[in-house]
Order: sequence, then C-alpha cells, then structure tokens
Amino acid sequence: MRTAFIEELTAQARINPAIFLVVGDLGYSVIEPFAAEFPDRFLNAGVAEQNMAGLAAGLASEGFHVFTYSIANFPTLRCLEQIRNDICYHNLPVTSVAVGAGLAYGNLGYSHHAVQDIAIFRTLPNLRLLSPADPGEARGAVQWLSANPCPSYLRLGKAGEKHLYSSPPLSPTPVVVQPGNPDVALVATGSVLSIALDAAALESAAGRPAPTVFSMPWLHPASPATTAALRSFKHVICLEEHIREGGLREMLASLLPRSIRVSGLALPSDATVAVGSQNFLRAAAGLTATHAQQLILSRDDDA
Amino acid sequence: MVRPLMIPSTDLAAGIRHHALRMVSAANASHIGGVLSMADTLAVLYSGILKVFPDQPDHPDRDRFILSKGHCCAGVYAALALRGFFPLSELDSYGMDGSRLMTHISHKVPGVEFSTGSLGHGLPFALGKALAARRKGLPWRSFALLSDGELDEGSNWEAILLAPQHQLDNLVLIIDYNKIQSLGAVSEVIELEPLRAKLEAFRWAVREVDGHNHAELHAALSSLPFSKGQPSCLITHTTKGKGVDYMENQIAWHYRAPNADLLAKALAQLEQNPS
Repeated sequence: MRTAFIEELTAQARINPAIFLVVGDLGYSVIEPFAAEFPDRFLNAGVAEQNMAGLAAGLASEGFHVFTYSIANFPTLRCLEQIRNDICYHNLPVTSVAVGAGLAYGNLGYSHHAVQDIAIFRTLPNLRLLSPADPGEARGAVQWLSANPCPSYLRLGKAGEKHLYSSPPLSPTPVVVQPGNPDVALVATGSVLSIALDAAALESAAGRPAPTVFSMPWLHPASPATTAALRSFKHVICLEEHIREGGLREMLASLLPRSIRVSGLALPSDATVAVGSQNFLRAAAGLTATHAQQLILSRDDDA
Repeated sequence: MVRPLMIPSTDLAAGIRHHALRMVSAANASHIGGVLSMADTLAVLYSGILKVFPDQPDHPDRDRFILSKGHCCAGVYAALALRGFFPLSELDSYGMDGSRLMTHISHKVPGVEFSTGSLGHGLPFALGKALAARRKGLPWRSFALLSDGELDEGSNWEAILLAPQHQLDNLVLIIDYNKIQSLGAVSEVIELEPLRAKLEAFRWAVREVDGHNHAELHAALSSLPFSKGQPSCLITHTTKGKGVDYMENQIAWHYRAPNADLLAKALAQLEQNPS
C-alpha cells in the first residue's frame, strides 16, 4: 500500500504544485523517487515528529499541501497536540500519513501497533480520516486528498497488500465491494477487508447466501451517505484492526437506528505482549474469517 | 503600502504597557509579568522592524511574527491595535464573553498569524514558514518570540536542530529571557545557562541585548540575519514585570491581575517613567 501511496503522490505532485512531502527519517526504498524528482518539495525532518507536524502546519499556512510520512504511531500520537492545535484548529491542509495500520508491524511489538488511532482521530476538528483497504483505495485516497486539501489522516497498511477489487473514486459513501444478502452487511475498514471477503467466500462455499461486503475507506466524518448505505440491513458486522473502543463499530452503532443490530470483530484493548506476524496476532485476537462467519450465523448480540 | 510610522518605539512600548495593564485588570487575567518583560521588544518590532500592512493584515509581502508564549497575547493585541490593525476600543473586550480576544493568542484576530497557548509550538511553525519562503524564493522573514521557560519543551530543540541544517537565515528566534518561569526562577527549575553557548553549538548566530534598551534592540534587529546562512537568535535579557515596581521580578504577577487600586498605581508609574 505504501508503494501505491508514493506512486500516486508522485503522480499528483506532477500536476499539483502544492504537494510537499515531509518524512520523519523513515521510508527507505519508498520515498527516494519523490525526493529525487521534487527536491524543492521534499524535506526529511529527522527523527522529530513534533517539529515535523508543526513545520508542516507552517508550510501549509503558506500554500502547500503537506504530507507528513512516518510509521505506526510516530506521525500521529507522538505529535498529537501539534495535529490538534497547529493543523486541525487552524484548518490547514496537512495529511498525516502513517504506514503500518493496526498490527501490520506485528512482530515489531506493541510500540509499533497503531490500534488506538481511529478512536483518537475521530475526535479532532476539521479532520478527514481515510483508511484504505488495498492499493487501489490508497491511490483513490491520495487522488481525493490532492483535489481536496484539508487536515487529514491517511491510515495505510504496509507493503504487499493484495489488490482486492476495482475501487471507485473515493467518496464518503461506503463502497459495496461484493453484493450479497440484503439483510447482513459485513463492513470493513482497512486491509481487514480481505477477511470480510474470505468470510463471504466461506459462506458461499457452505451454500448459504453471502453477506453484502462493504469497504469504508472514508471513515470520518460520517455523512448521511453512511447511514443511507446501511440502514436497510438488519445486521451490520464491523471488521476493524483497531481496539473496540472508539472504532468503526462504535461509530456505526451510534449512527444507525437501534433496530439494526451492530456487531463486529476488533482487537482487545489490552496491550499485546505476544510476538508474531500480523496474521498470527490477528488470529490470536479472533480477527479471522471464521470468527466473522460465526458472527454472520449468530443471533446473539454479544457474539 | 507600508503605513508610515506614526509613533516612536518608546511611545509604542508605553502604549502596550498601558493597554495591557488595563486589559489584564479588567479581565482579571494572568500573565502580566511576561507581557511587561517583552513589551519593549514588541514595540521595537512593531515600530519599523517588521514589515506589516495594518490595512491588509494578510498582505503576502509581510514579515510573519509568531508569538509562541501565547499567554502574553495582551501585549501583542495592544501593539496591533496601536498600529491600526483593529480599533483600540476593541481591546476593552479582552477575555470577555463573546470577544475574539481570547487570553491566549488567537489567529482570528487581524494581524495574528498563529494561535498558541500550549508552549513549544511557535518555533516549529515559524520554521515551516521560513522554509516555505526559502523554497518559493520569497524575501519575507519569519519571527518567533519565545519565553525562557518554554525552552524546556523538547519540540523547540527539534526545531533548533533542524533550522541550521537548511541554512534558514530568514528565521529569527527571539527569547524573552526574564529568568522567571511558572513555579520559580529558571535557574532553579531547569537552568538554561550557558544559553548562548548552547544555541551557538546548535549552529545559530546569536546576539544578546538588554531587552529594555530600545537602541540595542533596534540595532540588533536591524542587522538580520546576524550571519548569512545561519538562523538568528536574539536573547533579550529582560525583567519580568518591567515598568511596575511592585511587579518586577515577582513571580506572583505571572498569575495575579491588578485590582483597581493597583492598576491606578501601575498606570501612574508608567506616566512618570515612560520607557
């Protein structure tokens, strides 16, 4: 996903002279082509994220659309107050880009797990939170941001995510990735969309109607389109690589009518001490297609 | 057009002190001590050093001035009103319900670039502006005025490290070194000395002045950058509460607002001893 991001950012920078990339001394073998092609619109701010976010706001106040780039929680939580005060309060076009959403940096440990970010960034004023599922959605997010500069957080996976579907241009409307059962929606944000598609395939293979699978690359702020897309379902199942608190499920539960059952799979809020790959840690947390399948079949609110 | 200068810096300093004292008293607001310590620096900046356009606050050719010690905004609001950015009468609304003059500096006020209040935000932002000017080949300069206690914030040192790397000699850091921070003397909380040597070791061009001597302030600020290819730092040695005897070097006036009697006493002193 990071390759798709940088390729699209480079393509946009060719036609949008406002785009400026600031990195926090990370992005080896990713950001070099951009830096080579646009040396006047590139800066390595060093290992100093507070300054990176603050100077990005300064650049943005002079007409640049700044993308700050780092991994995990470094460009987000480390400089959260700069994002809140300098960027969001002043409504300046800075996009904080974090590579390594959720458990993508699995065995690097808890310091590298970005699992509270959705909850926190949903509370910031003027901010758009974009959470693409695959390289195509990542490109769409960059295209949208280039056309709509604003305070924003782009939550990227890492590398090697599969192309999951042919995504439409980014909009606030949840995207139907795979039509299916009109009563049951499986809604994913981020690369766990692949788990939703696997769960749907398992249901089809079992001879049952597969749920309708949605992707929500536009996560926040919700719009009337969010509710409109989902309100005809009886059961909305959320998949998110994020702790349960403050994430997609809580967001949709607060938006949708109470008559709709909202359930989902998320990560436990306790700090992970297990060592393992993204898939290993997802499985340990019950974030798998079979667990999603159990929710599809369940009738219990607490399942 | 740059408005011709109507008042000398000493008059502007007296006006800043007069209005800030009245504003802080009326609003029962804090931080007058740190307003008075930087009043002379503000007066010199806003009486000819900074290129400003009161009729067009967002004029693209203006110098950018960032108050990072945002709690001392009463002084900047007074300077801006005295320079004609908005009516002097609006100063009476400082801190009042429905006013735009909040008691930490607000970018909603004409002439204010950036809202601060949490310390350690102004210099990185000013650095970003200086970098923008450099990359666009524009001649204006970017100033950040910081307190001494604020230098405890690590974010400042991140910016202090980065600015020389890019030879940002259009960036100016001014330190209001009044030697008193929130809970005590700077030397007792976190000693900054040797401050000049620290900044020089970080590859800044540094000068020190008596921050209440307008001739020294003017001479230093008229010779920017201090060294071509290096960011400039002006350490202004100041007295917290300067100009009001019962406030000078008294930590209580980081917090207290003068009541009517004390305000009258302070204003009378200003009348007798204009800076």
